[in-house]
Amino acid sequence: MDAILLQVLNGLDKGSAYALIALGLTLIFGTLGVVNFAHGALFMIGAFCAVTMQRFLGMSFEEIDPTRTDFLGNPLKVQVPYVESWFGPEIGGAIVDWSVPLAIVLAIPVMIVLGFVMERGLIKHFYKRPHADQILVTFGLAIVLQEVIKYFFGANPIQTGAPDAFAGSFDFGAMLGFDPNVIIYPYWRMVYFLFSLIIIAGVFSFLRFTTFGMVVRAGMADRETVGLLGIDIDRRFTIMFGLAAAVAGLAGVMYTPILAPNYHMGMDFLVLSFVVVVVGGMGSLPGAVLAGFMLGILQSFASMNEVKEIIPGIDQVIIYLVAIIILLTRPRGLMGRKGVMED
Amino acid sequence: MLGLSAKDTRFLLIVIFLTLATPLLLQPFPEGSAMAQFNAGYPDLMQKFAIYGIFAIGFNILFGLTGYLSFGHAAFLGVGSYTVVWMYKLLGYNVLPGLVLAIIISALFALLIGFISLRRSGIYFSILTLAFAQMSYNLAYSVLTPITNGETGLQVYGNDPQILVGANSPTSPHLFGLVMRDSVQLDVGGWLFTFNIGYYFCAVIAILAFYLSLRIFRSPFGMMLRAIKTNQTRMNYTGLNTRPYTLAAFVISGMYAGLAGGLLASMDPLAGAERMQWTASGEVVLMTILGGAGTLMGPVLGAGFIKYFENIFSKINDNVLHAWFAVLPDGLENAVVAMIHPFVGKGWHLTLGILFMLVVIFLPGGLVEGGQRIARLFNRKKKSKGPGTGAGGHKPKPAPHVAE
Repeated sequence: MDAILLQVLNGLDKGSAYALIALGLTLIFGTLGVVNFAHGALFMIGAFCAVTMQRFLGMSFEEIDPTRTDFLGNPLKVQVPYVESWFGPEIGGAIVDWSVPLAIVLAIPVMIVLGFVMERGLIKHFYKRPHADQILVTFGLAIVLQEVIKYFFGANPIQTGAPDAFAGSFDFGAMLGFDPNVIIYPYWRMVYFLFSLIIIAGVFSFLRFTTFGMVVRAGMADRETVGLLGIDIDRRFTIMFGLAAAVAGLAGVMYTPILAPNYHMGMDFLVLSFVVVVVGGMGSLPGAVLAGFMLGILQSFASMNEVKEIIPGIDQVIIYLVAIIILLTRPRGLMGRKGVMED
Repeated sequence: MLGLSAKDTRFLLIVIFLTLATPLLLQPFPEGSAMAQFNAGYPDLMQKFAIYGIFAIGFNILFGLTGYLSFGHAAFLGVGSYTVVWMYKLLGYNVLPGLVLAIIISALFALLIGFISLRRSGIYFSILTLAFAQMSYNLAYSVLTPITNGETGLQVYGNDPQILVGANSPTSPHLFGLVMRDSVQLDVGGWLFTFNIGYYFCAVIAILAFYLSLRIFRSPFGMMLRAIKTNQTRMNYTGLNTRPYTLAAFVISGMYAGLAGGLLASMDPLAGAERMQWTASGEVVLMTILGGAGTLMGPVLGAGFIKYFENIFSKINDNVLHAWFAVLPDGLENAVVAMIHPFVGKGWHLTLGILFMLVVIFLPGGLVEGGQRIARLFNRKKKSKGPGTGAGGHKPKPAPHVAE
């Protein structure tokens, strides 16, 4: 029982990332009908927003600390971040420490603007083109974004730590009454899971309970009629694109303490997120979330030693295997809507 | 000739000439001149032109004719490479048995994957092929290590059986004694031409591959594939089962990919799993689209274009740039170099990405369409008084790339 619980927990954080990226992909596909291969790059850019924030807050000047000396007996030079000198070491230190969550403030406007620019500048012109063209042009865009990031940040992964308060792990099993020291779970992964739940809930309630969301849902169902009713549906879809970009960006920001960001992390996640979207059913938001968590948890189950002993190598292929089986048995994916991307 | 119309024969002859004369044509600048680094006439690169040309020609038979966008063709490339290296290990360095077996095994592999994947079309087909290729890639790295030698890559070791190796057999890939890496060099007044056996071996196979694809394009079978691309539903309504045709196209293009993979291992006796990664599949898609999907020459052009950029652009570093712009005043020189710097050397992928986007946006038909547009521009000027100029307005709507 505790082993199963441990694998479920291990799958949650990856599943959350898949679910968030897949949610954005589905949102874009459902509203604009565009297959966006640059969505992984948006996730990656979100992660690099966190890196930028960390560097920005960590900008420091050299100060001579008269109370300490280095090994030669000279007064020690220490690097003091500007933030600490302005707000004092207590508050300033906390700000530097919390740079990853604070990066959300930076990431939201950056991602929304980037989403608007992408949609208005490029994707708008591809509504009428075949899906293959959309895939190809966004694939090219992903390469460009990736290379730009590589140019500014280099090719190596950049470690970006979680705040000290969430740095360690906690004994989750002991809290639920299992044996202690069996289910050890890092705090940050829990934070990430809760964060993704909040985002998902936010997106769903935005679509469900606001007038704007209602119009968007109407547009997803029948774009033409909504347009005939005198509503500028294109503008709202552009805003949805910005929102989807922001969701991917936030997923990237908060993922940085789990995986040190590098320039090709977007591509790695993109392939899996596409599998997730297709398994969930093209155009179905709940399907994307469900499939994201399901595949994340399945993957962590498959990497258990007991399972690997029975079927060697299953941990490497489980996601693809499940995708193949689902695509062949349920043509529309788990919860796909009728009439979307039908053969 | 050879079952081709006069026009196609002329086309084929031109292609044969261009292929065989590549070592001369790609070496337009004398050795030691400032432009010498744009020369592409060295064996390693020319072999890649021919091999990736074959790969792209094969991919085009599937994608260009039927419109099924496969994102998993690199799996066959990898299978071909592994097969050839295994034949080196078991039999000896003669490439022929390996290549034949590579084609057969990749055909079987393609039959299996195609049989399952072709049950769906559109993006679902792409995801299915991608899933199969990624599965092969992940397995090659992990569980199949006894066969693939994992991250090290498969290579020939001293204690391998190599039962056909005699006392004085060559110790690198060869075809009945013709060693692939041997070259003849010709020095003509500053120009250095390298005629490499490996390149000519690849070139002859590439010409055969091209001829075969030309025949397929012109055959009733090719016509059927185009019909499937244009309107599969209508084909089904006429009572025709399209599956055998698409499966045949898939297997043929898988065989081309396996052959290309085998040739890669024939030039350099190594095989690694990274050849099967989805980025490698993406590369052949880029080549085909960049050159022009559905055209005969396009994929080859695209393959040459990308490989040329990869090898030549990535070699341009800051020193070279400074040497080029040395005429300019110092401040301006530094500014220009700083401006170009992100696009060359290690950043050549950026140039590739931008170029690729531009092609998809403005030239959906690829480089071939670009060439045709330029040609039409000239023709129009010439025939501006002729009566036939207005005839271009009545054209059928171009078919989408993917069967939807």
